[in-house]
Amino acid sequence: MSFLSEDKIKELAKKANEIRMSIIEMLVEAKSGHTAGPLGMADIFTLFYFHVLKHDPKNPSWEERDRLVLSNGHICPVLYATMAHAGYFPLEELKTLRKFGTRLQGHPHREYMPWVENSSGPLGSGLSQAVGMALADKMDGSASLTTGKKMPDRFIYAFLSDGEMDEGNTWEAVMLAGKHKLHNLIAIVDRNNIQIEGYTEDVLPLEPFHAKWKSFNWHVIEVSGHDFRFLNEVIEEAQAVYEKPTVIIAHTIPGKGVKEFERNYKWHGKPPSKEEGEMALEELNNNRF
Amino acid sequence: MLNPKLKLNTKLFNTDVEQVPIRKGFGQGLLMAGEADSSVVGLCADLTESTQMNLFADKFPDRFIQVGVAEQNLVTVASGMAAMGKIPFCSSYAMFSPGRNWEQIRTTITYNDRPVKIVGSHSGISVGPDGGTHQALEDIALMRVMPNIDVISPCDAIEAKKATLALAKTGKPAYLRLVREKTPIITTEETPFNINKAEIYWLPDVGLAQVGIIATGGLLYRALLAAKELEAEGIKTKVLNLASIKPMDVEAVVALAKETKAIVTVEEHQVAGGMGGAVAEVLAQNFPVPMEFIGVQDKFGQSGTPDELVEHYGMGKNSIKEAVQKVLARKI
Repeated sequence: MSFLSEDKIKELAKKANEIRMSIIEMLVEAKSGHTAGPLGMADIFTLFYFHVLKHDPKNPSWEERDRLVLSNGHICPVLYATMAHAGYFPLEELKTLRKFGTRLQGHPHREYMPWVENSSGPLGSGLSQAVGMALADKMDGSASLTTGKKMPDRFIYAFLSDGEMDEGNTWEAVMLAGKHKLHNLIAIVDRNNIQIEGYTEDVLPLEPFHAKWKSFNWHVIEVSGHDFRFLNEVIEEAQAVYEKPTVIIAHTIPGKGVKEFERNYKWHGKPPSKEEGEMALEELNNNRF
Repeated sequence: MLNPKLKLNTKLFNTDVEQVPIRKGFGQGLLMAGEADSSVVGLCADLTESTQMNLFADKFPDRFIQVGVAEQNLVTVASGMAAMGKIPFCSSYAMFSPGRNWEQIRTTITYNDRPVKIVGSHSGISVGPDGGTHQALEDIALMRVMPNIDVISPCDAIEAKKATLALAKTGKPAYLRLVREKTPIITTEETPFNINKAEIYWLPDVGLAQVGIIATGGLLYRALLAAKELEAEGIKTKVLNLASIKPMDVEAVVALAKETKAIVTVEEHQVAGGMGGAVAEVLAQNFPVPMEFIGVQDKFGQSGTPDELVEHYGMGKNSIKEAVQKVLARKI
């Protein structure tokens, strides 16, 4: 985690493009799965796994690593693809997504892929788990006078979707994190404005979204989810805020990178056909960095 | 007679037998577990005193989290704490946890394999005057149907204390089912407790038993009262305390069925899906015998005193005796 040079930004953009291509290939091969969310979050996942996160793909259970809790497990193609590109497992394994015997279950399951921090799928409980992790670290910090152990020097990141803000469980966690001023907790909401049955503001309006978080005593930052420099800056800001947990509302374009898929909720829950996949791969392959 | 090897409470059948709420034993056990291991943490959903978690919370305020009236958050936050090496006990009334938050328990605790201990206090019909909304009669079924979780229902406060201490060390998810009301003390500090082993608490003075009674939780006391009276009436029984419904001591259950060829199960829970159902699943596969089931017969509860309700819903001493007679008549 540090300043992002122009070269590094180019490198990240190139990597995100490769990850998007992997996502398309995985989904075409799997013949089921979600397209829009994974493509929309590819830039943020790339920034985290190739710049922000304190982690070691060669030693995934490293105790001092940051924790990244993915709450909306259905976007796991982007998690798997990014982890493979980061070196957690071979790229070829991505083709096994959703197939019998795979480590890459349709929604993440720790029993099969122990390098994910949590099993997830049913919406609304990822933030709570991240709150529990942040509380545990804080507890160790407040016990340090007697135990001699220091509060672990790490952050707990919770990746959430905007759709799952419909879940009451999420707001229970928002309230508890505010109560405990969990400065070691940073939530990132994928504000792509879509869910399965339509646009979030039609299904169940979230706005005023920023004000809601703020009223629960969170530090709130809004940013484009596709601008590496701004994203990196606001993550540094979130890490520096001491008296509150921070939420980064990341405005993303669902289906980002493939014009045909962008901003259309119909691409939330279906995979591209072989032909659609070829078209998407050609478009991505034409990008120059 | 009471099994002399188990060092049970010799004053058990006295009218002035000591009575203590089972949840009190949990409170003491959690305090002891917390003293023994600094990883043990407590979470509660605005019911700290009535679930007896206050003993722990007062002693270890830095290791206690008050989540408010938010049972879904209660267990999911506990999952996150367990991911960081803590051993969380989270308590509420059984009707709310695991009643309200089943999917969260499934996904984030059992499927996720995090060693969270869900403590459901105020289970069963004996919650009494609060009425049907607060009487959890389905919680054993809800919990035992899931892979990867232990389900323990202690018979008295002392056993609840031992169960709490044992669960702190299993390294896996568990459901601990507690009762609110004062319950006669059956065991002593010396009575053995092992999650994997069920013990025969009552046995004939001589010879083989004609009927096996398998009981769990607070109703074990009534099962023992029934066994004593039946003995005086010339019917020999054995009473097995099945505190651990899952894992079940299959060997003990099958051995009892082989000896008696007639089984009565006793629990403060719906008959469908409860401990009796679990025993039936095991016996149907290993040694089928006629069975009778004492429990709530597909009904919701209502307000009343615990004794009134236990009698009304057919779980009292006389109902147990009748079930023994009935199964005896069905023996092949």
